[in-house]
Amino acid sequence: MKNQMMKHNPMGKMANSLIQLACPKNISALWSFGSLLGLCLITQILTGIFLAMFYIPNIYQAFDSAIYISRDVNFGWLIRSIHANSASMFFICIYTHTGRGIYYSSHQMKETWMVGVTLLLITILTAFLGYVLPWGQMSFWAATVITNLLSAIPYLGSTIVNWIWGGFSVSNATLTRFYALHFLFPFLISALSLMHIIFLHQSGSSNPLGLNSNNETMKFHIYFSAKDLIGVILLWIMLGSVVLLKPNLLIDPENFIPANPLVTPTHIQPEWYFLPMYAILRSIPNKLGGVLALIMSIAILYFLPMMNKPITKSASMNPKNKIAFWLLVTNFIVLMWIGSKPVESPFEEIGQIMTVTYFSIYMIMSKN
Amino acid sequence: MAAWSPFKKIAASLFGVTGATAAFTVYNLEKRPLKAAELLLHPPAYEWAHNKVFGSFDAASLRRGYLVYKNVCKQCHSIKYLAFREMVGVFMTEEEAKAEAAEVDIVDGPDDTGEMFERPGKLSDKLPMPYRNDEEARFANNGALPPDLSYIVLARHGGEDYVFSLLTGYCDPPEGFDLKDGLHYNPYFAGGAIGMAQALFPGIYEYADGTPAPVSQLAKDVTEFLAWIAQPELNTRKEMAIKFLMVMTFLLPSVYYWKRFKWAPIKNLKIEFRPPKPPARDQTGTATLKFRKGIPKLRLTDQIYKTLQTE
Repeated sequence: MKNQMMKHNPMGKMANSLIQLACPKNISALWSFGSLLGLCLITQILTGIFLAMFYIPNIYQAFDSAIYISRDVNFGWLIRSIHANSASMFFICIYTHTGRGIYYSSHQMKETWMVGVTLLLITILTAFLGYVLPWGQMSFWAATVITNLLSAIPYLGSTIVNWIWGGFSVSNATLTRFYALHFLFPFLISALSLMHIIFLHQSGSSNPLGLNSNNETMKFHIYFSAKDLIGVILLWIMLGSVVLLKPNLLIDPENFIPANPLVTPTHIQPEWYFLPMYAILRSIPNKLGGVLALIMSIAILYFLPMMNKPITKSASMNPKNKIAFWLLVTNFIVLMWIGSKPVESPFEEIGQIMTVTYFSIYMIMSKN
Repeated sequence: MAAWSPFKKIAASLFGVTGATAAFTVYNLEKRPLKAAELLLHPPAYEWAHNKVFGSFDAASLRRGYLVYKNVCKQCHSIKYLAFREMVGVFMTEEEAKAEAAEVDIVDGPDDTGEMFERPGKLSDKLPMPYRNDEEARFANNGALPPDLSYIVLARHGGEDYVFSLLTGYCDPPEGFDLKDGLHYNPYFAGGAIGMAQALFPGIYEYADGTPAPVSQLAKDVTEFLAWIAQPELNTRKEMAIKFLMVMTFLLPSVYYWKRFKWAPIKNLKIEFRPPKPPARDQTGTATLKFRKGIPKLRLTDQIYKTLQTE
């Protein structure tokens, strides 16, 4: 009966395709980050739904409603904290997942890679929209700074910015539409994730040796589901420890002050996961140039399949790419640090050097 | 372990030196101010019991801190997000909290005639604000707006350490410091000149529980109270953390063992090549291998057999 269901029922067939999926025998724990990202997405959607029941997208009530959730809703503080900190976990997983893809040349699976980069971009956008919603000082000023970047577009810039704001400054209309889009985008991410998985299942996973993945395969369930479960527990421990022991560890103190358009914080900076891109943006003295560099810092991943066609897929077999990859990781961390610093010497110069290095490393990797 | 080649030794040395230099540079850039304008006195790190991994609030200190707030800070600062009911079971009994609430007059209404009226406070009421609006607060404080204290501990870099240091850090300005009228010198405040005058003095308040009340004790108690307001869930959260980590301590090894158990046959799979036994030979010395049905018999000559053996 069970087998019949799995074979003939469309839902059963879908589930069966996952359970019976042939996976390369030798994939390491780094391949678990895909499923962890799925877990993060589900966590965000579930907690987000509960938060949406109490949140009020109005500039006069948004901050108070967030406080209301934390103080007066049963376990509201827990749900809010999970939602805020799970976003950080999401980015830890997404950066590791992308890094693994670069190291093992997963970008050779073009369709999967392209959808993946699109997912990364939309996730970044969703996280930014969500950061604005508590309507604290940093929320407001982050929204102002980031939306203003579009004014660098020649001729149409200021018109587009006003269109996005729904007025002549970041205002109630901006908050309302940001909330609507923040609610909508996770569904888009879910759909794209499904596409990502479909493409992945067509080509099959890559593997640490970079050899043909069809040589030695095993069923996804029970072997890889068991392996992924360890990752799930570790992620829960990490998330749970932050949420229950240091829930405000990654939250800027400025965001505990209600948004005030008349008082600019001394030091505006985004969440930690956007700091490398922010550092790249500030390293270019020209506004349009900075915006283009910011976009290219992520969009360069779209070009990786065309740029990088290594002889050996795995960087562990390719000393040049191995060194280049670890330089890229170091560079990314240094950029993250620079993004949290004021724009002054020597941080400015370090940021500029790191920005040039960031893009150069991709070029080095593209040469065989 | 094989000895390293000279190239590897040089590479490792270079890596070590570069890493150490980078770490030293980063440390210094992080810790030391780069410009004279940044010469702001950073608060020292104090050991707050509730900030320890599994630490909780000191209920007696919270009770004393509330009294300091009520008698000193309340004249200018609001705590608009705190309701009297939140104190019940933390540092007050229900009766005490009800009595505390009843002390204040709350504007309610409108009544049946459409008029607003005043009534004694109830547990569900929030703490009353000292001023009707920000403008009145500014007018009464020489243009400076006393901030709401509900989230002050979380809204300032340095948290409790900053608030405590600010309250205890008033002193005379250094030589040459231009302090405007109506401002007070405090090295922990950005810029040094703060609108709030020193509020805590020795003996300004006597605790009913007999605790001596020097400035440091008053400041410690009120800071702890403010920390509690900003995160009233802290005690519950830490309790939950202990339970959560206990479950996880059991769950992680269990799942790890289960995974190892499932993977054991795969991990222990041994692949080896076993050369075939020499087949029987007929009188002419030719060996015949038997294969599955449908596949023609392979006749092996000595030469082919030897080749197979070698490979």
